[in-house]
Amino acid sequence: MYNENIFHYLRTNKLPHIWCPGCAHGIITASILRGIDKLKLDKNKTSVISGIGCSGRTPGYLDMNTLHTTHGRSLTFATGIKFANPKLTVIDVMGDGDALAIGGNHFIHACRRNIDITAIIFNNNIYGMTGGQYSPTTPVNAYASTAPYGNVEPPFDIVKLATGAGATFVARGDAFHVALMDKIIEQAISHKGFSVVEIMATCPTQFGRRNKMKEPYQMLDFVANMAVSIKKWNEISEEEKEGKFPVGVFVDETRSEYCESYEENILKKVQRGEK
Amino acid sequence: MSTQKVLMGNHALSWGAVTSRVQVISAYPITPQTQVVELLSEMCTDGTLDAEFIKVESEHSAMAACIGASAAGARTFTATSAQGLALMHEMLHWAVGGRLPVVMGNINRAMAPPWTIWTEQTDSLSQRDTGWLQVYASSNQEVYDSVLMAYKIAENRKVSLPMMIVLDAFFLSHTSENVIMIDQNKADAYLPKYDPEFKLDVKNPHTFGGLTTPDWYMELRYNIQKGMDDSYQVIRDAQSEFKSVFGRDYGMVEEYKCEDADVILVGMATAASTGKESIDILRNKGVKAGLLRIRYFRPFPFEDVRRVLKNAKQILVLDRNLSPGLGGITFQEVKSAMYNEKNKPPIYGFIMGLGGRDITVESITNLFEHAKKNDPQDIIWMEVKK
Ligand code: SF4
Repeated sequence: MYNENIFHYLRTNKLPHIWCPGCAHGIITASILRGIDKLKLDKNKTSVISGIGCSGRTPGYLDMNTLHTTHGRSLTFATGIKFANPKLTVIDVMGDGDALAIGGNHFIHACRRNIDITAIIFNNNIYGMTGGQYSPTTPVNAYASTAPYGNVEPPFDIVKLATGAGATFVARGDAFHVALMDKIIEQAISHKGFSVVEIMATCPTQFGRRNKMKEPYQMLDFVANMAVSIKKWNEISEEEKEGKFPVGVFVDETRSEYCESYEENILKKVQRGEK
Repeated sequence: MSTQKVLMGNHALSWGAVTSRVQVISAYPITPQTQVVELLSEMCTDGTLDAEFIKVESEHSAMAACIGASAAGARTFTATSAQGLALMHEMLHWAVGGRLPVVMGNINRAMAPPWTIWTEQTDSLSQRDTGWLQVYASSNQEVYDSVLMAYKIAENRKVSLPMMIVLDAFFLSHTSENVIMIDQNKADAYLPKYDPEFKLDVKNPHTFGGLTTPDWYMELRYNIQKGMDDSYQVIRDAQSEFKSVFGRDYGMVEEYKCEDADVILVGMATAASTGKESIDILRNKGVKAGLLRIRYFRPFPFEDVRRVLKNAKQILVLDRNLSPGLGGITFQEVKSAMYNEKNKPPIYGFIMGLGGRDITVESITNLFEHAKKNDPQDIIWMEVKK
């Protein structure tokens, strides 16, 4: 898995990063960089955007065109970037609170439009940076600083949400199964249209400590044991599915991409003087 | 004997809300505020506080939920900071237009980009035209006491406006101090149950926020200003009753060695309390220095400011905020307060400590040094790398 080339895409003078020891964010970032390297993307023609939260730090370490934007709004910035310069490869990294709470509205509309952006959600089930408040993906009964007796709100299923909202590539991976994560991310970046990748991440500091998994390996073990391939998922009983989640590619289809259909259906008509 | 607790500023806010028996709290996490509502959410669940805690998906929704709850007649509380406050902006106007006495803690944090979490007042001062009352604290005791007084003032039918209690990130929010707690029975006597003139009521339906034509909009704005005008007396009454019951004395401003002072420094929040130390040093050297700490920024304490400053020979204003294209925001207000006075002392506008850069006792004594040697200017940048 180790790949020297990823240093080419890092602002090494910004390292070491500020993520906690045992945090999955570094694992996911490296996976994104291996994807970029494998696809031989020109770093000057690649743009990585983020919102706020621990995931928001990611672009700061990447030697590309990067933007660290406001909480929940990164997809709107990314849409502007892609629309202004469709030649750029645009990757938007988000956290679960970022993408689905404060930014939920932007998320579903980006899916609906099918703009060619890759959205990678670092789902650690918690607001890590602000100290462990429950998020829209915190599992029921899990503990959080704002849920000292356990969370009662049902979480979002990101895969189903993105599928329902119209994303044309939807996949889920986890921070333990790195080979699968690499494959999914690479596929997502090369997909034309709006791609959503949910990575089940680990946050030993804010989620793990409150939920009897204070050691980083315990949290990694936890996601590793929960992840079930789609094929196996379709074979097991409902009871066996309890507390687990399927990983793999759920949606991979073609539909007209937003920038292209804007060009075809509006710009060209205007040029031809049609109304 | 009264109980004391060692509380950080954030928790002083939470306890202020508990003592005020708030009924609905709605909030979204943001550093450095989060601890305020974290403690409250715990207390709502373990029964310390009989209130509903609504966790929402953004600060905009947090303020919207407070507005809804307040319109339904509940005493509501929230807290935020910087970007969160900016996101609430539309709703801040709504609370004012709806005449809803929501009380909010705002932890002063500098605005992004670049991303930062340290203190500066530009976030709350850029909300100065929304119609919220604003009080700036310089100790955790003051934070705690201000919450109880805030409800008393905001809910007074003459005022009926929302109020913001503002404190510095980290210097207060995360610093622990001794806080004398208020006896709950006395608090209940001081602050009775919220009894709004108008509320959403199924038996007697009302509406808030309907469409208004040019025939009446202006009158409603006039009433908001009237609420602000009347609030001066309401604030004074709330403070003097507070003093007689709880013994602590607050004014719209705090004066420190101003009576005979030639040079008076004007500032707010913790930077101003640091300034007291500088005043003592200067006094020991024979300089007749004084300090005026502005507590209320809205309504602006024009009378107190004029009374204290009119005999000074020099006025130095310290701003930990910036309105680009203009300068320090407190400076602007102080200058306008003095414009119609017969004696107009020269006013110096200092910008210092942006983005949480430390303001030390020495940095404040340097302002006096500067004013001794230089003519007044509207914007004087101190300790900036140029
Ligand atoms: S708080 Fe959690 S998500 Fe944030 S850096 Fe630490 S381990 Fe990672």
